[in-house]
Amino acid sequence: MKNQRIIVAIVLLALAAAPWIGISDYIIGVLTMICFYGVFAMSWDLLFGYAGEVNFGPSFLIGLGAYGAGLADADLGLPLPLCVALGTLAAVLGGLLLAIPALRLRGPYFGLITLVAVLLLQDAIVIFAGTTGGEIGLSVPDILSVNATVNFYYALGLLVIAGTVLLTVANSSFGLILQAAGQDAIEAQALGFNVVKYKIAAFVLSAFFSGLAGAMLVFYLGTASVDAMVDIAVGIQVIIAAVLGGRRTIIGPVLGAAFLIGAGEILRPLGQVSGVVVAAVALGTILIFPNGFLGLLRGRHSA
Amino acid sequence: MLILQILIDGFAISALYALGALGFTLIFGVSGVLNLAHGAVLVTSAMVAWYVGTNEAAGALAGAASGIVAGVITSFVTYAVVVRPIQRSKAIPEVERELFVLTGTLLWGVMLQIGLGYIFTTTPVTVHQLVSGTVNILGVRTPTNEILIAVISWLTLGLLWLLVNRTPAGKRLLAASINPRGLTLMGVELDQVHLLAWGIYGVIAGIAGVLLGSFLGTSSAYIPALTGTAFSIVVLGGLGSVTGTVIAAYVVGYIETLTAYLISPSLRAVPALILLVLVLYFRPQGILGRR
Repeated sequence: MKNQRIIVAIVLLALAAAPWIGISDYIIGVLTMICFYGVFAMSWDLLFGYAGEVNFGPSFLIGLGAYGAGLADADLGLPLPLCVALGTLAAVLGGLLLAIPALRLRGPYFGLITLVAVLLLQDAIVIFAGTTGGEIGLSVPDILSVNATVNFYYALGLLVIAGTVLLTVANSSFGLILQAAGQDAIEAQALGFNVVKYKIAAFVLSAFFSGLAGAMLVFYLGTASVDAMVDIAVGIQVIIAAVLGGRRTIIGPVLGAAFLIGAGEILRPLGQVSGVVVAAVALGTILIFPNGFLGLLRGRHSA
Repeated sequence: MLILQILIDGFAISALYALGALGFTLIFGVSGVLNLAHGAVLVTSAMVAWYVGTNEAAGALAGAASGIVAGVITSFVTYAVVVRPIQRSKAIPEVERELFVLTGTLLWGVMLQIGLGYIFTTTPVTVHQLVSGTVNILGVRTPTNEILIAVISWLTLGLLWLLVNRTPAGKRLLAASINPRGLTLMGVELDQVHLLAWGIYGVIAGIAGVLLGSFLGTSSAYIPALTGTAFSIVVLGGLGSVTGTVIAAYVVGYIETLTAYLISPSLRAVPALILLVLVLYFRPQGILGRR
């Protein structure tokens, strides 16, 4: 555990120094996206790895954050920090909306609700195309910064804060109770824990960081769009990143996101085939090493 | 006129939905697997049927046949490469197996989706119709193909019912869905029952895929929505319940057709989704589900 902290610190320092060693703006852009997807995947891991809830709709929460912030900026003209706060609030409310069925439904039923939530959000965006920009997307007047390095530091800062909070929560007694509730809710309840309270808290926390990252992503890309933030494909990317990196580790999903975004960029010349290759690697990894990249690294350490 | 048209169109699409969702519920009932690559299996069959049916001198019938074969092959590959290794894996804890099957089949579906787009095309195509021409039903011009689709769907549903309820192999399937351990104690190899279930699943999904492709057209981009529709119908009817699935397919099929005709075709999926959310909130076990 101590070794791991040192490694994480070194990697973070290296990342923070990255813009100063003369890498191109393109690479900085890729690193920025990795940070955003890292936050998405970490937030998802809190629900999947700890609370035991298969949320097929991470992009429901991300999309609420993105469109909440985007609409506040484009239509109401509010200052940027307020827009981000409103977007995050929208996502937290969405998280609460998902928590209600999660408390009553088990596994596949809950998974389906989350899937439907994404489809309905997507439909709503298309139906109200007048205000949301529909399938074309919603461009926002404000952006985080025109400087790639500054943008990268925003994203890295978000990753560090989200990672610290989620890791602290997950390793605390809260995380343990959450795991107990996820694996056997009845027994956890019998032991005197208020399962409802813990699950709702997990949903709120997960939604908070998903929404915050989604809202900031809008002001990084300069647009809120279904393709980039709401589509099922976005949610699948997040899920793959989390499982590939190693579920129930919080850090692992960041590794998964780095692999996914990185491999996607490196294999870009292959065109469509790159998607098949990435999915095949992910499938192979979870079949052979169900604990993901981080499980693999840790396994070697302890052996 | 419009009412009759909605009735006829809704009947055909609902029959097709029932067939499309039935494989999904069969696999869940027999082996507890929610196959999130279901839409991909349907579209693989449709794409192969389209490709063979148009590009060679083979004709629509050969196209349909190869589509069904493609469905069976895809089904077996899904089982052998994704589902079985996860069920057998010692590294995956028992309680998390379901989550891994979901994630695994989801990834496999993504691979098929991108692969199909690459090998064939990403633009929507329509599978060659087996029969052409129209029939006049009480003043509504109905494509003969649409009638054929409804007939084939119901024939397949009937054959499946006979197979499950009237043959020894089918009874083993039924037994496996009720009490797999008991079946093993009776000396039946569970692996063979699963293999049979995935074989039947492949045939049904193949037929449903080909018919869907000739009725609504097909595209690799439709895959997530198809999986979603099948999943919704099955949950609405009650997971594992065949009769419930058929009823739910008709409910969803008619709601979609009504919406498409009376409100707007682009909104056809929305009311059914809202209905699904309501059912899940108030009656999670579905129309005929066991809890």
